[in-house]
Formats: sequence, C-alpha cells, structure tokens
Amino acid sequence: MLHLKNVSITFNEGTPDEKKALQNINVELKKGDFLTVIGSNGAGKSTMMNSISGSLITDVGDIEINGKNVTHMPEYKRAAFIGRVFQDPMAGTAPSMTIEENLAMAFSRNKKRTLKLGVNKKRRQLFKEYLETLNLGLENRINAKVGLLSGGERQALSLLMATFTEPEILLLDEHTAALDPARAELITNLTDEIVSKFNLTTLMVTHNMQQALDLGNRLVMMDSGQIILDVEGEEKQKLTIEKLLQEFQRLRGKKMESDRAVLA
Amino acid sequence: MMISLFGSFESGIIYALMALGVYLSFRVLDFPDLTVDGSFVTGAAVAALMIINGYSPLTATLAAVIAGFLAGCITGVLHTKGKINPLLSGILMMIALYSINLRIMGRPNIPLLNEETIFSKLTAFWQNLGLDSVFNPILGIFGATQLPRTWAVLIVMIFVTFTIKFLTDYFLKTETGLAIRATGDNKRMIRSFSANTDWLIILGIGISNAMVALSGSLIAQHGGFADVGMGIGMIIIGLASVIIGEALFGAKTIARATLAVIGGAIIYRIAVTFALRVDFLEAGDMKVITAVIVIAALVAPKILESRRDKKRRLRKREELTKRLAFENESGGVKSSAAP
Repeated sequence: MLHLKNVSITFNEGTPDEKKALQNINVELKKGDFLTVIGSNGAGKSTMMNSISGSLITDVGDIEINGKNVTHMPEYKRAAFIGRVFQDPMAGTAPSMTIEENLAMAFSRNKKRTLKLGVNKKRRQLFKEYLETLNLGLENRINAKVGLLSGGERQALSLLMATFTEPEILLLDEHTAALDPARAELITNLTDEIVSKFNLTTLMVTHNMQQALDLGNRLVMMDSGQIILDVEGEEKQKLTIEKLLQEFQRLRGKKMESDRAVLA
Repeated sequence: MMISLFGSFESGIIYALMALGVYLSFRVLDFPDLTVDGSFVTGAAVAALMIINGYSPLTATLAAVIAGFLAGCITGVLHTKGKINPLLSGILMMIALYSINLRIMGRPNIPLLNEETIFSKLTAFWQNLGLDSVFNPILGIFGATQLPRTWAVLIVMIFVTFTIKFLTDYFLKTETGLAIRATGDNKRMIRSFSANTDWLIILGIGISNAMVALSGSLIAQHGGFADVGMGIGMIIIGLASVIIGEALFGAKTIARATLAVIGGAIIYRIAVTFALRVDFLEAGDMKVITAVIVIAALVAPKILESRRDKKRRLRKREELTKRLAFENESGGVKSSAAP
C-alpha cells in the first residue's frame, strides 16, 4: 500500500549546518498496517512523514502509494488519498467556519469541487451521524464556529475529518502531544477505534512510548535519519518501554536523550 | 440636502459592488489586494471606450467585468506562482494598470455625456412607465422640496447589487466557495484536503476584481466620464466600507457580512456628503476625509471596548472592597470561628 524506497533527504547540503534528515529509508506497509514511529527529536520522524505527504520532496528515492509512484506529485494532489492529523489542534480545521462546513470541505477531498452547495440536507444528516460516533455532542453544534471548540474537541474533529472519507493512507503527526492526559487518551482511543473500523493503513509518529506500544501492529525506532529497529506482530506485543530503552542503548551505545520519552 | 442624500444613496449602492469585491479579497481570502485602484479604472476605461465606439452599454459592461477578472487573475498569479508578497503583487499590478488604462482609453479622460449608457437607457424606459410619480411623493412626506431627477438608477442598482450579494453568499457556500474561504482561514488545512490553494487564490482575486471593475464601469456610466485618475484611493474607500459596515452591522455570517458591506458603502457616502458640507472643507479634501473616516472606524471600536472593560474592572474592584469591608465588620466572628 505504502512503499518508501531508498528515500534520502539532506537539509542545507554543503554547509556547516548540513543535516542528513533521512538516510536511505526503506519501509513497506501492507493494507491495514498500523505503524508507530518513535525516536528522539531530530531523528527524522517528521521528515519521513512530510516526505510521504508531499510537504517535502525527496532528494533521492521513490514513494509509492497503492502501486502508484507519487514522488513528484504535488502535495495537494496526494492529499486526495492521504489523510493527515497535525500535532497542533488548530492546524487541522478552519476556525472561522462552522463544524458542518469543515466536514463538507473534508468530504470533498477525493471529489471535484463544484458549484453545488457544500452542505445539503443529505450531507448534514451524514455528518451528524459521523459526529455522533465521537460521543462529544458535537452533532448538536454543527453550526458552531470551530474556533469556539476546545483543543480536544478540535483534534477529535480533525481526526474524523481526516478519516471519514477512508483515505488510503492516514498520517498522524504526534496528534495527541498538545493535549492534556485525559484528552490525549480520548483521542488515542478514538484513533484506535476509527483505524480499525475503516481498516486504514496508518503511520503514527509519537513521543509517547506507551502509546507507540499500545497502538498498531508494527513499530519502528528512528535515530539520525535511519530506522534502527523494526518490530512487527507478536514480537511487538511483547515489547515494553524498558526493553525499548535497552534496545536503543544497545544499538546506539548511548542513552535515549528525550526525557519526554522516558517519562511517558 | 435631501437631494445630496439621495445622491449618496445612489452612488453608495454602486460603490457597494466595489466594496463587496474588497470584502472578498481582504476578508474572505485574507489578501490585502491593492489591484483595486487600477482595476476600478480598467472597468471604467473598457466600458467607456466600447460605448463611444458604438457597442451596446450591456456588452461594454460585460467586457469591463472580464477585464477586471483578468487583471485580478494576474495579481493572483504574481503572488502564487511568482511567490511575490500579496501587498507587493497588488501594488505592482496597480502601477502597471495605470499605464494600461491610459493605453485602453488613448487619452486621460473619456466623456460619456451624450452617449447611450446603461443608465440613460434605463431612465428612458423608467420614465415611459411613469414610475417616478409613484416614488416622489414618498420624499414629499419627508418635506423634500426638490425632487430627484429619477428613481431609476437607485431602484435598479439596489436590484443589481443585491443580486450580486446573493450570488456571492451562495458561491461562498458551494464546495469551491468553502475551499476559497478555508484558503483565507487555514491554508495548510485546506491543502491537506486536496485543494489547490494557488488556483483558489487566483480565482478569488479574479472574482473580486471583476466586481470592482463592474462597479467602475457603472460609476463611469453614471457620472458620465471615465478618468485615468478616478481609481486613486479606491482600495481605502472599499476598506472603509467593509470596516464601517462590519462595525455597525456585524459579520456573524456571510450573508450578514455582505449586507453590512453594502450598508457600509452607503454610510461612507453619506459621511462624505456631510463632511463636504462643512464650510472649510472642499472637494479636494476628499482623500483626507476618507483617511480620517477609516482611522475613526478602526480605532473607535477598540477605544469603546477598552473603556467598557475598564468600567467593568472598576465595578468589580468596588464590589470587592465593599465585600471586604463588610467581612471586616462582621469578619471578627468568622476568623475566630475558624480554628
């Protein structure tokens, strides 16, 4: 479904600030795979995600989605089959527009935008049904401006908007990191529910090791632009935070520096 | 007085089309588009040139709209494809249009006084129907001694402006319109939902300047001339209308905001009319009057709000002192009761 072949990206090449953000990355996801990506700051997690979404163009290497080479496809075109949720709850929705208008825009993701009304009776009903699955009561506030919602509500709405058109790939970029623990848990549970309901092929970046262990059927650990650990299936089920930290130390000969990761 | 008020309504409702265009770029797309100063004249120039060359006023007006649309599209392309800052791409286009408008007209001024315009046609049709005798008594009730030449312009322009307002309201609710609004609200978000924001900006700025050019062509036909300098400061007048309208009538929904913009355009005209009646002010002071009105409209709501806030805090503080004083009197009991 998603295939990264020998992907490399270097920033500021030829200057003292040169940074090899991705070095020869190879990842292949099957339909329905849920991959969690962990690593310290600057490991290349977000760069990998941005290269898939098209925000960054790879220096070398190809990216295939569903057998189609998308390496040089512009971001907005790829977005037709990639759903994304950002870290910032403000980033995934349009604040001065209403909930139903936001949903209508997400609904048009994989269709041509026409001069028909974005929200009609039939769609409003559909949107309400989707909103009910969030259990936040948003279905009664469809005409409220999204800017009035709390961070958790906005992130839940972003998640719904990114997924309800069943994109071929779902990218989650630390999408619970900016929320308080209770809200983060709510979004984590929703993520699990929605991903399994639509059987979405998902890639999630997180700093929260427990979350990386709880969710998904596959886990990779990145460091300095490389994938240093890749576990799947039963082997992943048996992993613990302790083992992950030990593994990191063994592979890298140094301690994992992010205390955020240790605390989690 | 009544006549000049009537006149400000009449021109206000024509300028309202320009203000709607400014609303579209400035508020909806969050794109401070200065092309307006040029495209307003482009509309007037194209219409005037075609009218004196014998085209029907309707064809001429339509051509003006298309010219304005193209001018706006170029500004959009400069910004999106050329990666030029929005303000600068508008200014560049405005400057370029000054020369282009001169070229279109061939001279700095085209008089239309004895030509057939949309309004002269309408007025003739209107007077055949004899409708003025229906409307004039209304003004008589208010004690007007002089009566306006004709009601045709006002009534028809209300119809035209509101038709365009409703079309705009509808358009901003379509799938494409929603995407344009989101482009002004959160570009990153709408791009992640597979919208080509570059194209939407070009389209939006194009439509905005089409409205501006329509307004320009109608002003030329109404006033009886097209002049290469008639667009100077137009963007500020548009902004004034948007800001005054929003401050007075609110902008909760799109329909409300567009209505407010039309109201703002008319009120701006009325304000100018009153200002010009002040003895020491003359026609040349128009621009400074406009600037003062815009500054007032921008600053006044903030001053009022901070005043209100200050009062509120003062009241709260007084309440607290009163409560504390009260607790101190009877407070001896309270503190001794606590272990």
